[in-house]
Amino acid sequence: MSQTVLESLNQAMHRMMQEDERVHLIGEDLLDPYGGAFKVSRGLSTAFEDRVWTTPISEAGFVGVAIGMAMGGLLPVVEIMFGDFVLLAADQLINHGAKYAWMYNEKVDVPLVVRLPMGGRRGYGPTHSQTLEKHFLGAPGLAIVATNPFVDSGQLLETATRYDRRPVLFVENKKMYARRQRPIQGGRCEAMAARISAGPYPSVSLSFGGFETADLTLVAYGGMAELAVEAAERLLIEDERYCEVVVPTSIQPLEMDAIAQSVARSGHLVVAEESPGAGGFSAEVISALPAAAWAALRAQPQRVSALNLPIANSTALEAATLPDVGDLLEAMRRVLPASSSRSATG
Amino acid sequence: MVAAERKGQPERDEERIDPRARFAQMEGPHSEKLYAQMRLIRRFEEQLLERFDRGLLVGTTHAYIGQEADAVGVINHLRAGDVVFSNHRCHGHYLVWGDKPEALAAELMGRSGGLVGGRGGSQHICDGGFYTNGIQGGIVPGALGLSLAKKVRGEDAVAVVFIGDGTLGQGVLYECLNMASLWGAPLLVVLEDNGWAQSTPSYREVAGSMLERARAFGLEAGEIESTDAEAIYNHFEGIVEEVRQSVRPRLEVIHTYRLCHHSRSDDHRPAEEIEARRADDPLPKQRQRVSEERAAAIEQAVERRLQQAFEAAEAQPQPSVDQLDDPLLRGMPGPQS
Repeated sequence: MSQTVLESLNQAMHRMMQEDERVHLIGEDLLDPYGGAFKVSRGLSTAFEDRVWTTPISEAGFVGVAIGMAMGGLLPVVEIMFGDFVLLAADQLINHGAKYAWMYNEKVDVPLVVRLPMGGRRGYGPTHSQTLEKHFLGAPGLAIVATNPFVDSGQLLETATRYDRRPVLFVENKKMYARRQRPIQGGRCEAMAARISAGPYPSVSLSFGGFETADLTLVAYGGMAELAVEAAERLLIEDERYCEVVVPTSIQPLEMDAIAQSVARSGHLVVAEESPGAGGFSAEVISALPAAAWAALRAQPQRVSALNLPIANSTALEAATLPDVGDLLEAMRRVLPASSSRSATG
Repeated sequence: MVAAERKGQPERDEERIDPRARFAQMEGPHSEKLYAQMRLIRRFEEQLLERFDRGLLVGTTHAYIGQEADAVGVINHLRAGDVVFSNHRCHGHYLVWGDKPEALAAELMGRSGGLVGGRGGSQHICDGGFYTNGIQGGIVPGALGLSLAKKVRGEDAVAVVFIGDGTLGQGVLYECLNMASLWGAPLLVVLEDNGWAQSTPSYREVAGSMLERARAFGLEAGEIESTDAEAIYNHFEGIVEEVRQSVRPRLEVIHTYRLCHHSRSDDHRPAEEIEARRADDPLPKQRQRVSEERAAAIEQAVERRLQQAFEAAEAQPQPSVDQLDDPLLRGMPGPQS
């Protein structure tokens, strides 16, 4: 049985703090026995008492402190309790940490990681359920990395913390913490053919039909990745259509290679995100499609996103607000031409 | 692994700037050295404003005229390894810290040889442990983080952050006073209270006591009401060392006055108030302590130096636009082994 995403992240924190004394952890309610709101930080304050800074409720202040620590030779990891609270630190991230390396003519680095538990579907209501990293799209100098169960989440966090000189927003998903890692081995991930791109923040491509046959490319990241796989499976069972799911982890800068290659094969594109669509990830993917992939498109790309509303407390309202497997299927059926249906042609 | 090696580098090979040692090595008696430094700041700012009027510079600037005694009084006590985070009104602080008028002038003119290659300009400079940014109060957390990093690494260093009376409106300042006290940060917050936040007088925006705001968080706090460079220098000598030895944060308020406009052509303060405060001009005060002959020699040397600095800066090319690639792509770590 593989690890959960939560275990993978927690063990990576232990490993990094064991191996590199420059790694410090900063955030709210980190001390054991509580160990952080979602337990990614459990055990760390016991093992590394001097390097776990449990903070007052001061997101702007302690994100800025971490920026200074990073400039001063440490490798700070900030835990934002609920990702929603990162907006309190937006000035520190955009006007300070993300600018310094370039603005100071590369005289300094800000090797900072800010971990953001994002996402809904857990009934936390309007200010504790959002997927807000889209508001940092277009902030120069600020990297956004989002993990998912198909990559080694702990390794991804370690790359961001120990090998990346940029300030990185590391997006986790609250619903995903309890999910098991679904490792790719020998070109397979369970019943799917699987590819993982090279590079520090890989994109994963998954297909129930292998990569020779593709009717459609479905792009999803973070918390939407597993829903996309589920939708791809249903599309195969119910419609006998082959969907390639492409899951990037480098959201800013946006890694487009795997997406472009898949679209060039499939000719149809649906992009999904958990936040409302305007000015977001899907819009960025669609406008960043290279010419060759665009030329291969046989229908207008579709975007699947949340309704443009706060996320309600009520389970019924929350579920209707956030994009689900049904929404993905509907968008895929909208974009695929009915005439070429395999079931129809037998 | 290439990426691992990069991140493993201890620190960048930056110039070690040591203002205290430089001040000690300057020639002449103490009073003359302070006057020379202040004269350099004053004339740099005046020449800058004059060049703005001639259209040689774009954007804006915030002159330090009237507050020169603060910079020389504080920064001459700092040594290699210490750091300074300054604000929009940073030229005076920098000239004492780095003493490079040509590189500062070039930066303000957006030239390639500027302190940060023309990328930052007046409010966004960096040189060997000296940083500035143009967001009120936003610099305080970074200064606190730097001071804590120094402490964690066992360095015997202090961080100094310069704020103004206007900055007292920013909430993040109080988050930082709280954390600095909780965590025992070697952080000296120097509050230059010049009585005005842009066009708004202090009494319209600061309620209660400046000092008690810091004391409420358990910081030591003190104040000096002076524009006398020697008084401020003597006042801060013990304070900087106290922060260094105690490894505790401190707020120190200097009640001073800005004799110029906030930025450019935006001075609506009562003329009689400004006129009355001209008696507090720190430069004549310090000049009185220097012989006429020495003062004239210092002034001549400053003029020569600034003329060369501005001319050399003006002769520099604009930075190459070839550098405008996405820093996120350049900073990405290599493939993991």
